[in-house]
Amino acid sequence: MLAFLAVALVKIVVVFGCLLLTVAYMTWAERKVVGDLQVRLGPNRVGPFGLLQPIADGIKLLCKEEIVPSHADRAIYLLAPAISLAPAFIAFAVIPFGDTTTLFGLLREPVAMVITDINVGVLYIFGIASLGVYGIVLAGWSSNNKYALLGGLRASAQMISYELSMGLSIVGVVMLAGSLSLVDIVNAQARWPFVVPQILGFGIFFCCALAETNRAPFDLPEAETELVAGFHVEYSSMKFAMFFMAEYANMITAAALATTLFLGGWRGPFLPPLAWFLLKMLALLYVFIWIRATLPRFRYDQLMAFGWKRLLPLALANLVIAAAVAPWWR
Amino acid sequence: MELLLFLVLAFAAIVAALLVVTHRHPVYSALFLVVTMLCIAFLFLLLRAEFLWVMQIAVYAGAVMVLFLFVIMLLDLRREERPWRFPEHRLQVGAGVILAAALAAQLLVAAVAVRAPAGAGPFPPAVVAARGNTQLLGRLLYTEYAFPFEVTSVILLVAIVGAMVIAKRRSD
Amino acid sequence: MAVPLPAYLVLGAILFAIGVVGVATRRNVLIIFMCVELMMNAVNLTFVAFASAFQALDGQVFVFFILVVAAAEVAVGLAIIYGIFRHRETVDVTDMTLMKG
Repeated sequence: MLAFLAVALVKIVVVFGCLLLTVAYMTWAERKVVGDLQVRLGPNRVGPFGLLQPIADGIKLLCKEEIVPSHADRAIYLLAPAISLAPAFIAFAVIPFGDTTTLFGLLREPVAMVITDINVGVLYIFGIASLGVYGIVLAGWSSNNKYALLGGLRASAQMISYELSMGLSIVGVVMLAGSLSLVDIVNAQARWPFVVPQILGFGIFFCCALAETNRAPFDLPEAETELVAGFHVEYSSMKFAMFFMAEYANMITAAALATTLFLGGWRGPFLPPLAWFLLKMLALLYVFIWIRATLPRFRYDQLMAFGWKRLLPLALANLVIAAAVAPWWR
Repeated sequence: MELLLFLVLAFAAIVAALLVVTHRHPVYSALFLVVTMLCIAFLFLLLRAEFLWVMQIAVYAGAVMVLFLFVIMLLDLRREERPWRFPEHRLQVGAGVILAAALAAQLLVAAVAVRAPAGAGPFPPAVVAARGNTQLLGRLLYTEYAFPFEVTSVILLVAIVGAMVIAKRRSD
Repeated sequence: MAVPLPAYLVLGAILFAIGVVGVATRRNVLIIFMCVELMMNAVNLTFVAFASAFQALDGQVFVFFILVVAAAEVAVGLAIIYGIFRHRETVDVTDMTLMKG
């Protein structure tokens, strides 16, 4: 029992630490890649290739003045960034990074490279995704600012609309794999990754992931030119940084999920499993950033129409395709 | 260990429920209700009902309460006046508490007297652990309870259409 | 040590009673609605506790249905409340004493 707890704790600390580091360097990567696509250098002054930029940004944000608006609902105002951040990290508890490892022979018996393999892993992800709405709604409301409230409500309406299609696209994968456990889903992709029969599902999942994480072109709720930066208009310094971190963490979670569900997770021929997982995840994150640099923003009504009138019927059609493919896939 | 978890969750659920009922501001009530629902979700997990654990979080805490919060925020509600301020409400509050206490007393007497049946039921823990709670529940839903399942889909359709019709602004 | 069945039932009973107090006492119709949801959650807990004690899954199936129906009910109920608010500008139940309008 104690050994189990100790192993779990070590895994949690390692994954959490790596995730925080990745979130920090995603900000750097985003600025560099967007700069590259816009034919300019990104940050390159702070450290070689600007690699210390996230640290500089972190120090700057920590040192900024903490402003709490008057008549803001103080408790919720201070809690909202944390509520926004938590689901992004919690979702990583079920994602498998590799098969089993003995840490190059250091451990007596192999340890699975997943924090916990719940047998309703996919449903767990649904639940956590639906909890992610609270941070934004509460942030918008507690700021005692009409723009923030409207921005928050719009953002959360967007998120719950796209959750539906995301769920349906994942159901296709579950049908092919025959199990809700993410480890089983990765193991079921031994011959071909699920992107092959479910290319439509992958496309839908990707669009919904963009919308769920409020990334361009669905980033209306937080764009600077719309509603004065929407739901986090009244937030300064570290709390704003936490919203930012939450967005990047959500992005990383979505990319990790997409690789696990559609691209075969850690499976791949020559490299070690963890390397494949990171490669696939980073490729998807590059696509996220590439799309942001390329596409213009949707208007809110276009956004909602796209989610309900286009993606939802497509997701249902994808379900039919998955049902047709499933018998001879298994 | 399980008992300790149960006691912690039960205490948290009761405290949060009391705060739902007594707090003046609707948004705080809603948030404490979310806490209560999460505690109940983890109690489901303690009872090995994994599917319901996730459904409680995803549907109740994640969707229904978000809907509540939306409506509260859209209606821009303020804090409520204390019922004890208005004399006619004191009687109402007193009657309500007495009624609830009587109900609770009856339920507690019944609850304490219940004993779990001695023999094994159709789905003992070993079978459920082997096959999976979700899989067995799914099988039950599509075989024995297929008709209620189809009826619930009709209920959902009616609810969607009804909510839209009621909330629509008349254009006359 | 496993948790005995009466413990869950007592917890369900207490939560239900708290919900009843809420419905009988509060004046804000949204909070009354929330207390009804609290009562339903208490009932769900009781169902699942019984399902676990009887080693049958019927209790869980019933909770599934309650969950679905409660979600549908909340949607329609909130639409009604929103409609009433639009017309009367109040969510105080003591002001909603007329069926007219």
